Amino acid sequence: MAWSINSKLCLRCGGCVSVCPTAALELRDNIVHDMALCTLCGVCAKACPVEAIKVIKQ
Amino acid sequence: MNDVIVIGAGPAGVSCAKRLAENGFSVKVFDKRAEIGAPKRCGEGISESSQRLLGKIPDKCIAQKIRGARLYAPDGRYLDAILSEGGFVLERKVFDKWLAEEAVKAGATVQANTFISDLIRDSRGYFVGVKGEFLGNEFEEKAKVIVCATGAESPLRTKALGVFSKVNLVDSCIQYEMANVDVVPDLIHIYLSSVLAPRGYVWVFPKGEHRANVGLGIIPQEKKPKAYMDEFLKLHPEIGKGSILEVNAGCVPVGGMVENMVANGFVLCGEAANHVNPIHGGGIKEAVISGQMAADVITECLKKNDVSKTALSKFNELWWKERGNHLKKVEKLRETLEKLSDSDLNDLVDALKPEDIIDFTRGAKLSVLAKVLMRKPRLVSIARHLL
Ligand SMILES: Cc1cc2nc3c(=O)[nH]c(=O)nc-3n(C[C@H](O)[C@H](O)[C@H](O)COP(=O)(O)OP(=O)(O)OC[C@H]3O[C@@H](n4cnc5c(N)ncnc54)[C@H](O)[C@@H]3O)c2cc1C
Ligand code: SF4
Ligand code: SF4
Repeated sequence: MAWSINSKLCLRCGGCVSVCPTAALELRDNIVHDMALCTLCGVCAKACPVEAIKVIKQ
Repeated sequence: MNDVIVIGAGPAGVSCAKRLAENGFSVKVFDKRAEIGAPKRCGEGISESSQRLLGKIPDKCIAQKIRGARLYAPDGRYLDAILSEGGFVLERKVFDKWLAEEAVKAGATVQANTFISDLIRDSRGYFVGVKGEFLGNEFEEKAKVIVCATGAESPLRTKALGVFSKVNLVDSCIQYEMANVDVVPDLIHIYLSSVLAPRGYVWVFPKGEHRANVGLGIIPQEKKPKAYMDEFLKLHPEIGKGSILEVNAGCVPVGGMVENMVANGFVLCGEAANHVNPIHGGGIKEAVISGQMAADVITECLKKNDVSKTALSKFNELWWKERGNHLKKVEKLRETLEKLSDSDLNDLVDALKPEDIIDFTRGAKLSVLAKVLMRKPRLVSIARHLL
């Protein structure tokens, strides 16, 4: 998968959700990612206060 | 059917709900958090003047009364800006619940632990309800107007209006609530440095008994806030020696106020509409202003039985007139300060008067700042941005 999250690092702060331009992310008990909406733009990984998200662009 | 459904029981949502209930409308607030106000995602600083909007904040919500701000230049020199009216460091877990209770007393219904998963539209494209989940039960509920007060962290605002926070217009933040921290307890402490916290700042907001929220926000980048925080704590043993009682994080909008916040039967308010002060990232007061203003507009629309986008767009007009244009100026100030080097910041803290700083955060007297900057030929073009 080109989008991945390390749930051990994630602080459930929702920062990634607020910057996602396509509404591909949602914070429930954990971050839920919708690959169908994701464009792999990578801004969620950039905004994350820790290094919880990895996006590999192809 | 309810008159209004509010999504989110933060300061924006419950302020909106309280006023609508006072105006005689039936209003229901849903929040996904199991406990309203927790976990906190906030430095918990608020000005005393916010009580003009909220009424008297009860003592139980206040961790520490504040006299003013100590602003540290990168070289360690500082300036104390003592306020004629001070501020508070809140206990938001208590404060948010108090606000929610006030809305309930006014006649609103509030329900925690209720996740809103989607918005319902009718065939005319009007927003008419929400889909949600409470303790395993899925439900749908209808209303004449849906208020989205979810904070920035919600895809609902994106789905409804295409609104999100541009990545370069948020500060990525980490915060530790710490015990055994030694700072002057009745000032908030702000550390400026383009090296220690690029674009943002480090804050220490005392909460009494040597407890404090120690936080840091920066422009999103590869090096993470956590790494900057480690460096700050190493440089400041009086703070770094403390124990971590709580870890908070988040991205706070510091710009990107949206032009349009309404659709047919739908209003976006508070941090969900990026209504935050761009210079310090304070969003509680702006959320309350925005929530109350939205309620006033919705009240008029419901009375006239017209909740169309056109009718609700009075909110755009009002908010931009009362807050938007002013916050835009503050955003310019932020854009200017982020271009300064640490040596510029040292000189600036030296040259400023304490009372100027307070005015700047309100978007006033920016020409004073421009004049100070223009003393350095290199900064003339940067300073012009303020005029
Ligand atoms: C690290 C950090 C420090 C900060 N420090 C300060 C500070 O010192 N002072 C200050 O004034 N501001 C500060 N802020 C900003 C401030 O916390 C927010 O701007 C403010 O809380 C916004 O209020 P709001 O009501 O708009 O949204 P919120 O307070 O975020 O409330 C939104 C509510 O909506 C709920 N919600 C979201 N989605 C759903 C859904 N799908 N279904 C149901 N419920 C939902 C959430 O659970 C939440 O309770 C800080 C922010 C951060 C990140
Ligand atoms: S990569 Fe872009 S589109 Fe995909 S989840 Fe992250 S922010 Fe959203
Ligand atoms: S921004 Fe990072 S830490 Fe915060 S919820 Fe998203 S992945 Fe988790």
